[in-house]
Amino acid sequence: MDQTGKTSAGRTELQMARSMCWHCQSEINGEYFCEKCVKVQPLSKELDYFTCFGLPRHLKIDLLALEAKFYELSRAFHPDFYQNTSESEQSISLGNAALLNTAYHTLRDPIQRAEYLLHLEAGSAKDIRTAPPADLFEEILELQENLEEFRSLSPDAEPDKHARLRARLEAERENLERRQQAMDGNLNELFLRWDILQARADATKALTPSKQAVLKDMRDLLSHRTYLRNILDDLVTTLEAGKGHETHESHRRH
Amino acid sequence: MSRIVGIDLGTTNSLIAYMDHGAPRVIPGRGGRTLVPSVVAMTDNGLIVGDPAKEYLVRDPARTIYSVKRFMGKSLEDVAEELKYFPYRLHEQGGVIRMQIGEKSYSPPQISAMILKELKLRAEAHLGEEIRRVVITVPAYFNDSQRQATKDAGMIAGLDVLRIINEPTAASLAYGLEKRTQGIIAVYDLGGGTFDISILKLKDGIFEVLATNGNTHLGGDDFDRRVADQVLTEIRSRRGVDLTGSPDSLQAVRLEAERVKIRLSDELKTTAVIELPDGKGAHRVEVTRDQLESWTGDLVEDTLGPCRLALKDAGLDPAEIDEVVLVGGATRMPLVRQRVQELFGKVPHSELNPDEVVALGAAVQADILSGSTKDLLLLDVTPLSLGIETMGGVMSPVIRRNTTIPASAKEMFTTYVDGQTSVDIHVLQGERELAKDNRSLARFQLKLPPLPAGVPRIEVTFLLDANGILNVTAHDVRTGLSQTVAVKPSYGLSDEEVERMIRESFKFAAEDLKARQLIEARTEADAILHATEKALRFGGHLIGAEETARIHAALAALQRAKAGEDHRAIRAKITEVEQVTHHLAEVLMDSSLKEALQHKKLSELP
Repeated sequence: MDQTGKTSAGRTELQMARSMCWHCQSEINGEYFCEKCVKVQPLSKELDYFTCFGLPRHLKIDLLALEAKFYELSRAFHPDFYQNTSESEQSISLGNAALLNTAYHTLRDPIQRAEYLLHLEAGSAKDIRTAPPADLFEEILELQENLEEFRSLSPDAEPDKHARLRARLEAERENLERRQQAMDGNLNELFLRWDILQARADATKALTPSKQAVLKDMRDLLSHRTYLRNILDDLVTTLEAGKGHETHESHRRH
Repeated sequence: MSRIVGIDLGTTNSLIAYMDHGAPRVIPGRGGRTLVPSVVAMTDNGLIVGDPAKEYLVRDPARTIYSVKRFMGKSLEDVAEELKYFPYRLHEQGGVIRMQIGEKSYSPPQISAMILKELKLRAEAHLGEEIRRVVITVPAYFNDSQRQATKDAGMIAGLDVLRIINEPTAASLAYGLEKRTQGIIAVYDLGGGTFDISILKLKDGIFEVLATNGNTHLGGDDFDRRVADQVLTEIRSRRGVDLTGSPDSLQAVRLEAERVKIRLSDELKTTAVIELPDGKGAHRVEVTRDQLESWTGDLVEDTLGPCRLALKDAGLDPAEIDEVVLVGGATRMPLVRQRVQELFGKVPHSELNPDEVVALGAAVQADILSGSTKDLLLLDVTPLSLGIETMGGVMSPVIRRNTTIPASAKEMFTTYVDGQTSVDIHVLQGERELAKDNRSLARFQLKLPPLPAGVPRIEVTFLLDANGILNVTAHDVRTGLSQTVAVKPSYGLSDEEVERMIRESFKFAAEDLKARQLIEARTEADAILHATEKALRFGGHLIGAEETARIHAALAALQRAKAGEDHRAIRAKITEVEQVTHHLAEVLMDSSLKEALQHKKLSELP
């Protein structure tokens, strides 16, 4: 096993479940392999995903660097490389790899990353509801009615009406997609603001009022975005099913 | 450490491969063929598997099992629609299909275990050592029950299944190793009974699956059925003969349909020849490639939907795919190649033998597990979302599809009523909103101390291991105590049943090499006796009385040898029969039957 060579001494980005090797009881300095007996160490269950990748809690992430780190840690933890080891080591490798994979998938996606950060900084991400943006409320109500009517319409019986309604829905789709892009732009700005505040306040981990304000804005924006996303998915599915392209299953996105 | 080998347990054919000084190699059988037909026949002489069993598909369809993979991890209800295509009888017992062969019934994992044993013996004969540790491939879109059933099959065969890996991913390993590819590749895998599409990123020895999709009930078999249905209809309307009631004729039509489909990949038209029962002669139908494509075009289209979904899940446009790789025998069809090329906008690769590439990849994965290489690493995903049933019969996902495995998720459970002592949990797999529309995987019950509602807190961890198989653990957050969770699979064998099957499997005579050789020799003898008697009926009048007598004498000698226990004696008498019937075969070939029998040896007569 040569993984220990790759993990330079003195790196303390990884919190271990214990400060002592589970196998030889020698002291561990935040490494994922015991320096003495070279056994893999379990990642702490409390380890947050940012720390797992040695990253600060920022929302703009270098995805290539994240991927490189993911590959490096996968090479260290993947169960494939523990086939001929003891049951304890296999079980640690499995747990570590599962945590690593979840962490990577969460951080790779900007929306999941933001939701996760909200969860870390301000409690459960499950508080993020799906709420319609106030200024879009009327428009969405009308869209829902049109969608209902379009679904109940037979294209053969009333071809003109069907085509007219389809055109309207297509226009609405473009409109909502533009709207979503705008939201993504806003979200990006919030990410930047958060990162600046984080960088400034790196010494203090406290949640300053300005940070709280950014988090609140982010939470609102995310809940609007989820709402819009659901409507758009519904709209796209209906339009494409109408075209004769069957979509085998409904697929949800953020 | 003992050697680890890779197995492709296919719907139509199976293969076994190993790593030979850094290069994966498929192990051939005695005849040099690398494919073992996934066919199991229960004959009067005993159990036979592979090429010799294939002959029994027509001779004894009710006792000859093929395409068993379509039934792995399934309930009878799941396969109700296609039962009419199968000549064998099925029933269900305890959520598991049982296949009736003669007096006994077997579960699909038991039948698969017979194929696995055949492969094991083949590898042991070739490598000269005992084989116990294996990697077995499954379609990427296989759900938990189907994966578990495959693992059970391995255990029943006396194998230690170290890893279940996905077929398209295995193919990418073999392909990537051979071509040193980097970038994004799409693997389009149309096998005998299943379809998979996987999109991977290959970078510095890491094979990361980005998304996968598919259909576990769509494959080459379905194309054969379309052709067979057309041929049956034609025979009914032209000849007034309905073959649907005759299992052996149906089987013959199915096999001829498969051959027609294969020939039409190289030719623009071909002739299907079906022998009608009761001496009505042979019926000949000309089939063109255009016809085949009009009968099966929708099946090809059905593969494109999953391709688009996989691209969407990977967040990629077709133009972002660097290379497309074809896997599975059915990808030899020109229409398939054409449609795949149109979808991805590039000519798909097929340099590696599409029948062997999955087994080769399994051997590469076996090599990784053996610890002999750290250069390569496969990061695969779960094809289906895993969830639990929540209030109102809704599916609540806990691990989303296309999450890299191993993957885990934790859910907290509590009580709704004071003093409630248990919570029932229903685990599901699938993408639908409602629990009832998804695949039920398992149920289990959490035990709770009697406390006021909402006070107990039980944390349940759902873990998908590197095989894509679910493991459940639970612990009480208040007390910190762990709880063992007895998960009852909705479809599949219980641990006790698997154990019983492992014990029973050792009773199969095929275990013993000598018994096995005897069974094979007797089976071959049966085939040649059958064929010669038929040849005598057709062409006995074309040869002299003396020659006829010589043939009868040789046949009688073979019959006597067959009754004995010496497989060498049987083989010697088979050779004698072949010698004395040589002239008869030639005469038959020259006679009016010549056309109908073209390209066939005497022993291949139906």
